[in-house]
Amino acid sequence: MFARLIEELPGFFGYYNVLFLGKAALATLGLSAIGCVVGTVLGLLLALIRMTGSRALAPLRWLAILFVETFRRVPFLVTLMLVFFSFQLSGADLPLFVVAAISVSLIAAAFLSEIIRGGFDSVHRNQWDAATAMNFGLLDTVRHVILPQAWRVILPPAFGFFVLFIKDTALASQIGVLELTYAGKVLNNKGFSAALVFAAILLIYFAISYPLSRFGARLEERLAPSRHQGP
Amino acid sequence: MDYTLQFGQVWPFLPRLLDGALLSLQIALLAFCGGLFIGTALASVKAFGPVWARRLINAYVVFFTNTPQLVQIYFLFFALPDAGILLSPYAAVLIGMTLNAGAYLTEIQRAGFESRRQSEMEAAEVLGFNRLQQIRYVVLPHVARVLFPPLSNHFILMTLGTSMAAIFGVEELTGQALNVNAQTFRSIEVFTLTGLIYIVLTLIASVALGLLGKFAFRARMRLA
Amino acid sequence: MHHLDIKGLEAAYGAVPVLSGIDLPVAKGDVIGLIGPSGSGKSTILRVLMGLIPPTAGTVTLEGNLVDYRDAAAVRRLRERVAIVFQQYNLFQNMTVLENVTVAPVKIRKRPKGEVETEARALLAKVGLGDKLDRFPDQLSGGQQQRVAIARALALKPEILLLDEVTAALDPELVSEVLDSIRLLAEDGMTMLIVSHEMGFIREVSSRVAFLDRGRIIEMDDARTIFDAPREERTRSFVSKILRH
Repeated sequence: MFARLIEELPGFFGYYNVLFLGKAALATLGLSAIGCVVGTVLGLLLALIRMTGSRALAPLRWLAILFVETFRRVPFLVTLMLVFFSFQLSGADLPLFVVAAISVSLIAAAFLSEIIRGGFDSVHRNQWDAATAMNFGLLDTVRHVILPQAWRVILPPAFGFFVLFIKDTALASQIGVLELTYAGKVLNNKGFSAALVFAAILLIYFAISYPLSRFGARLEERLAPSRHQGP
Repeated sequence: MDYTLQFGQVWPFLPRLLDGALLSLQIALLAFCGGLFIGTALASVKAFGPVWARRLINAYVVFFTNTPQLVQIYFLFFALPDAGILLSPYAAVLIGMTLNAGAYLTEIQRAGFESRRQSEMEAAEVLGFNRLQQIRYVVLPHVARVLFPPLSNHFILMTLGTSMAAIFGVEELTGQALNVNAQTFRSIEVFTLTGLIYIVLTLIASVALGLLGKFAFRARMRLA
Repeated sequence: MHHLDIKGLEAAYGAVPVLSGIDLPVAKGDVIGLIGPSGSGKSTILRVLMGLIPPTAGTVTLEGNLVDYRDAAAVRRLRERVAIVFQQYNLFQNMTVLENVTVAPVKIRKRPKGEVETEARALLAKVGLGDKLDRFPDQLSGGQQQRVAIARALALKPEILLLDEVTAALDPELVSEVLDSIRLLAEDGMTMLIVSHEMGFIREVSSRVAFLDRGRIIEMDDARTIFDAPREERTRSFVSKILRH
């Protein structure tokens, strides 16, 4: 086994393969980044909708809850299939990367909206009362009072989710998006041994994920010192 | 293109999907229990063991939590045969998920052990509890209360994670969905129904675990 | 015409009634002291008035105009004329003292920043905090925070000020500095509703005192009558109990 690995090594790390893996890694990063950005924006929107109080907006609130609970309770792979086949059957000819990006954004929005809501809840009720009594609307309250206090609570778990998320994008390989995992399958099919290929893929993921998770751990320590104090 | 939803064609396959759901639950339970065993053992060694063992455990945790489970299972399934180890799809998935769960659960339990409060231990000591009684009456109840919610959450996430087994041909819920899809070509209906079953499955698990946590451990639950 | 006229006001927390028919006419310049045991509904009156809790029955009239609490725009107009100071100060933790006082006039009422800041400095100087403008709430004592809260409410130029147990969360030695600030307002002729357990203070500043129990006003009269010669037995027992402390 090892003899074969060593024999294959120079060929595996040839110019075109490295370029291929580099591109695939960029696709993985791109997919994660899109999920994070779109997910954060949509997640914030969902959290805001669930904060509204007026009776007229009740149906919207129910929809938001339905959305969040659905995408948190359906496996990523099933969501991916559903989005993939929906576009295929509706005749919309979207690139696979876009299909994956949409799926990723839906799921990220659901999870991030819960993290953001948790952050909002961490701000004391009396801050809302004071803002309301001074005629702040929901958006003004969130922008001027709640977010400036809640972001310290939101950021660490949100960042933790981003790091988890990078690894989840591996599932996009199942609809044929050329990201890292798919690249591994391609190289394996080309005849490189599975051990070599998937070990390399695992290491590339590790090289992306590990520094970020270390950074996330430091972020948490720095932002929430109070959590480690007290009784 | 016109596509009208026809759930009627998919309905007869519901029993197959439900069979798949049972297998999903079985995989999740086995991997969770295996992971819990690994996690408990490793978290204990991490708390009390020698430095070299802690480093080794760290390496295991860090590696498995920073790489995708799917690629880990790919490695087990496709690379191990090169070394003469042939795993069935079911075995590869189960081993992969168990090792993965072991890493995450080690982390979760380490945090739980660290949260035990010195003041409570001191109070117990002053009251004349011996070491074993301290663990039985102070440490364990506290650790159970603190650990139950994150462990429950992880179990739910793992239940969703079992859908990955379909990629290797295991006929759990998602695997059955792929089969039914290939037979009926009613993709949207099949995956919608499948999604609904996952929602019901995890909702039942959430509620059951929530009640268990509340009554058995007086844990504060906010479940996934 | 009454400045503020409350008639038959009712409110509930879920199924539990907390106000069961409050009638309270308030003239311009009145300082109404609201006293009563905890849970009697004193603070709830103020929260309902501000539109923080919806009333279940009754009317509130502000200078002859009925306030419709189901109409968000009407509640906003009301809040431009009535301000509240909370027991827990409720200062915005992410803002400095000066920002706390200026944020609503500048961001919500869209008044020019320079003008608002000048006023805010003057208000903060008046409550004795002219040198703490750039501090954050958690760097101040409770009494100082409560005086910032009073300045913040005054920066909204309210016609009516509601004070909800503003000294209850303070250490005893810090109470007088807050009461001094309120005394100045009473002298200026501000219409105020004051919920407080500081009986001496209520007696001194109130033009009228209302005694509440279980969501009703049991008795309302001038301060001397309520404290020295109440007509109702319940008032007498409450006042004698509280004055003994």
